[in-house]
Amino acid sequence: MKRVKATKANAIIKVLAIIVPLLLNINGLALATTQEAPAVSPVAAAAIEPHAAAEAPEEAHEAAAGGEEKAGDVIMHHILDNNVLAFEPFGEIELPKIVIGGFDISITKHVVMLWTVSAIVIGLFALAGGTFKNMTSRQAPKGLANALEALVQFIRDDVAKANIGKGYEKYLDFLLTAFFFILVCNLLGLVPYGSTATGNINVTLTLATFTFFITQAAALKAHGIKGYLAHLTGGTHPALWIIMIPIEFIGLFTKPVALTIRLFANMTAGHIVILSLIFISFILKSYIVAVVMSVPFSIFIYLLELFVAFLQAFIFTMLSALFIGLASAHEGHDEHEAGAAHH
Amino acid sequence: MEGLGFLGAGIGAGLAVIGAGLGIGNVAASAAEGVARQPEATADIRTTMIIAAALIEGVALFGEVICVLLALK
Repeated sequence: MKRVKATKANAIIKVLAIIVPLLLNINGLALATTQEAPAVSPVAAAAIEPHAAAEAPEEAHEAAAGGEEKAGDVIMHHILDNNVLAFEPFGEIELPKIVIGGFDISITKHVVMLWTVSAIVIGLFALAGGTFKNMTSRQAPKGLANALEALVQFIRDDVAKANIGKGYEKYLDFLLTAFFFILVCNLLGLVPYGSTATGNINVTLTLATFTFFITQAAALKAHGIKGYLAHLTGGTHPALWIIMIPIEFIGLFTKPVALTIRLFANMTAGHIVILSLIFISFILKSYIVAVVMSVPFSIFIYLLELFVAFLQAFIFTMLSALFIGLASAHEGHDEHEAGAAHH
Repeated sequence: MEGLGFLGAGIGAGLAVIGAGLGIGNVAASAAEGVARQPEATADIRTTMIIAAALIEGVALFGEVICVLLALK
């Protein structure tokens, strides 16, 4: 019983250790924007702020009136991609701008995050793989390897096997990679100095494009060119083809677009809600609002975001598996046979 | 006239949320009923529910993104 309490306290301390720097971080941002000169660094702004408030209360009042718009700007700055890696109290790193042949391929904040995510995922699985290599077949894995095994097994059994069925092993690599990549991307947005690469529509569109091509390849492989084209007619009478073919053709593209928007909007919306709740106390300039509303509500949304990070990674993987399964499934009689076997 | 974009965005966001709320509420209600009738099918029902909710949510998010574009234009 005591141990449970101790672990609970430990967990609370850990959560606080994550959240408090985050709040301080945003505090720095907000102070920086209440200054008129945008070039002032947050540290300098923090130093000037009490001084400025003391000497010009009217100006401070005006700043509060315009605070809403500025809060909006800060939120958008936090959400959108840019060329600065901000480590708020310690300064920032300017990233190089690279333009080749009219294409902006500069290394941005989200690109750095993508690399970080790749490094983390590769590192985690290299560690877990090492553990499995050193084990005899009778041993059960412990710690990290155990945690990852549970997730991998969940994706394999409940997502891939359940939705794709026979021949799911070929797609397991993609599904597992997508799941862990998106999961770590989502979670990195919730730690201080991190940002959500999946909150960038370009990243999610790229991920959905992989799903799109894999789905089409699976459909072509399962049905052949003829079957693939026949599927576009929806199996209807030729007189209806003029309606069915455009609809089915659009249907091919709505699935990846829906995947794109879902992941992007979910990750972005959560961050906007957290930042807005925090900014309420800055806009109203009230400690009471901060204590009663901003902090508890933003902690609640933060925990909800933690859940959403897992849920969205799962849903992306799940829907990818579902689309692949639908594309490669043999229609008609096979389904009936499977249904009959069930009964 | 400039404010009308914001007005449209606000109303649109609200309507999208109403639709999604009704849809996901229906899904959850039916799922709860299904689990109460047939507890052994909980896992299947949960998966189906999450997929359906995600699809509904996707449509609502399309609406929300359009509203954001309206407001930011």
